[in-house]
Amino acid sequence: MPLLEVQNLTVEFPTRRGVLRALDGISFDINAGEVLGVVGESGAGKSLTGAAIIGLLEPPGRVAGGQILLNGSRIDNLSRDKLRPIRGKQIGAIFQDPLTTLNPLYSVGRQLVETIQTHLKLSDRDARERAVQWLEEVGIPAARQRIDAYPHEFSGGMRQRVVIALALCAEPRLVIADEPTTALDVSIQAQIIALLRGLTRDHGTSVMLVTHDMGVIAETADRVAVMYAGRIAEIGPVRDVVKHPAHPYTEGLMGSIPSLEHRVERLRQIDGAMPRLTAIPRGCAFNPRCPKVFDRCRNDRPELMEAGVTRAACWLYARGAAHV
Amino acid sequence: MSEIVLDAVEVSRDFDVSKPWLQRVVSREPKRTLRAVDNVSFAISRGTTLSLVGESGCGKSTVARLAVGLYAPSGGEIRFEGQPLSAARAQAALRRRMNMIFQDPYASLNPRWRVRDIVAEPIRAFGLLTARDAITARVGELLTQVGLAPADGEKYPHEFSGGQRQRISIARALSSEPEFLVCDEPTSALDVSVQAQILNLMRDLQQRLGLTYLFISHNLAVVRHMSDRLGVMYLGRIVELGPGEDVFRTPRHPYTRLLLDAIPDLDMVGKSRTPVGGEVPSPIDPPSGCTFHPRCPLANDRCRREKPAHTKHGNVLVACHAVEEGRTA
Ligand SMILES: Nc1ncnc2c1ncn2[C@@H]1O[C@H](COP(=O)(O)OP(=O)(O)OP(=O)(O)O)[C@@H](O)[C@H]1O
Ligand SMILES: Nc1ncnc2c1ncn2[C@@H]1O[C@H](COP(=O)(O)OP(=O)(O)O)[C@@H](O)[C@H]1O
Ligand code: SF4
Ligand code: SF4
Ligand SMILES: [Mg+2]
Ligand SMILES: [Mg+2]
Repeated sequence: MPLLEVQNLTVEFPTRRGVLRALDGISFDINAGEVLGVVGESGAGKSLTGAAIIGLLEPPGRVAGGQILLNGSRIDNLSRDKLRPIRGKQIGAIFQDPLTTLNPLYSVGRQLVETIQTHLKLSDRDARERAVQWLEEVGIPAARQRIDAYPHEFSGGMRQRVVIALALCAEPRLVIADEPTTALDVSIQAQIIALLRGLTRDHGTSVMLVTHDMGVIAETADRVAVMYAGRIAEIGPVRDVVKHPAHPYTEGLMGSIPSLEHRVERLRQIDGAMPRLTAIPRGCAFNPRCPKVFDRCRNDRPELMEAGVTRAACWLYARGAAHV
Repeated sequence: MSEIVLDAVEVSRDFDVSKPWLQRVVSREPKRTLRAVDNVSFAISRGTTLSLVGESGCGKSTVARLAVGLYAPSGGEIRFEGQPLSAARAQAALRRRMNMIFQDPYASLNPRWRVRDIVAEPIRAFGLLTARDAITARVGELLTQVGLAPADGEKYPHEFSGGQRQRISIARALSSEPEFLVCDEPTSALDVSVQAQILNLMRDLQQRLGLTYLFISHNLAVVRHMSDRLGVMYLGRIVELGPGEDVFRTPRHPYTRLLLDAIPDLDMVGKSRTPVGGEVPSPIDPPSGCTFHPRCPLANDRCRREKPAHTKHGNVLVACHAVEEGRTA
């Protein structure tokens, strides 16, 4: 049984001008110890997917359909009180901006101790000792001396390390990391990714890693889901999605990334832009931009289907379709 | 020999980062300055792109602002087409030939102006055209040139996506018919697919209009795509400068190597590596000698004492003792 199962998840925002469907029937699993990367352009629905799983959708946003199962039990229909112990203990979260996660008024030690004691039965002394260990584990130099420092006394990279310690200190089974390195410089980003990958491997934690940086995904994830306009366009093992994408959108996306290895005259370009939620095209949402569009794409919406090694929501892979 | 459009000679820029005067006097603190750009030299030939790359705070934007005269150098000199930049800026005819594109397409467009007025503003300011019809026609042409439609001129910036707004910024920058454009992280706020559109557009425009670019980015792959020449900055200095291909093929400076190693790449699927530790130190209190020494695997006593000068290796200038001494291996 997968650790996390997301089935047909739909998220809506009621607005004055009607209901906006921001996520429309998303399904995927994450296995124990697995890193699932989630990529896509801004607005594709990556963060909402993470927020729905941890039960942190901002009202009036709501889960309007589908279900989310952790270890086989539904967590999408729990009350706030029932959800709170799951958040932290079972599912940890790391966000882009460490300052939104850290409380500026409390020392990092106090925040760690509080989180540890909320979820694990430890005495003050043991919890503090555990906090020091976590700070050491995430690579804070002189952790014992710095445990009483406040967030603003740390650099951006160090703060993100503290956030990782906070997310992992209750030893959750699943960590949702939403753009954890986007605000950081490349050399720090490399350190944080290596750290996250090492820690989750050592502790057998599963990770849902949300980012728009394909390079980060390529290096970190086991599988990757590519999102477009509130749906999953393609999902599969990272090597296949990166090297042999099946979905025309994934193909365009990969081609648009400048390479360090070789220089090209022109980058591959997908013309146009991702549609707004208020104007999602009928049929395949990608059809106005797709170089391989055909009649069926404009009328019927494709669900994920087998496309070689990966699964793609694209009519090119319908049984009996002529492959292009 | 190709013609030099912009020439920076040993340019430095200091900022005063002291506490307010009274507070300083009361607590008897000395004045503090921060050297954001330290003795930087480069030249850009007509029709080519020089890129500067480096991590946050290394001085890229400060160089960009120096290059268009938004900041005056604290030391050294910048020449535009052979004239001191300050003198060039004083003449409208020269001033209109340089322009700048910024990182944030949201903040850099006036939200209350229609796009046609935003794009026409430099045309009016420099008096390039005066007849209304002529201005309208020119704005339509500029919008078409950047992949928008003349009718988009009637809209306001908020009606456009990030990529489209960056196209508007480019149209505005082009409207004074500049030859030299400083682009400070023009695609950093954009998604990769939109970034590809903008980078392609910038290269097309360069070829068609013979533009010269100073291109600033923290993304090495983007820089590789865009540049003829490349400068790598660390704490206000250019530590390696040369033809892009040479620097990418044989990075010599230990910091350039670190940067290249740190970048996650599509080709890295399933591979792992050991990132270099440490962070960029504060420029208010930079390390002695070579400022990279606390993070450098090749640092020795000389590095801690003595600031390395640039030495030439093939077509590449490198500021590193180990490279000079041939002990990089
Ligand atoms: N007006 C200013 N007053 C004081 N310090 C400044 C000023 N402008 C820049 N600095 C400092 O100068 C250094 C270089 O800044 P700069 O903005 O040029 O960096 P950058 O390379 O563009 O960084 P980023 O990648 O974050 O844009 C930094 O330490 C910055 O804090
Ligand atoms: N509070 C909200 N009200 C209305 N729409 C929202 C809200 N939050 C997010 N959305 C919309 O949902 C879509 C997906 O958002 P998000 O998950 O944040 O995207 P991503 O993380 O992929 O950039 C976007 O179109 C966004 O505008
Ligand atoms: S379903 Fe049709 S339009 Fe959509 S990606 Fe596939 S080929 Fe293109
Ligand atoms: S001068 Fe010394 S410390 Fe600086 S980069 Fe070269 S070897 Fe490293
Ligand atoms: Mg997001
Ligand atoms: Mg900058």
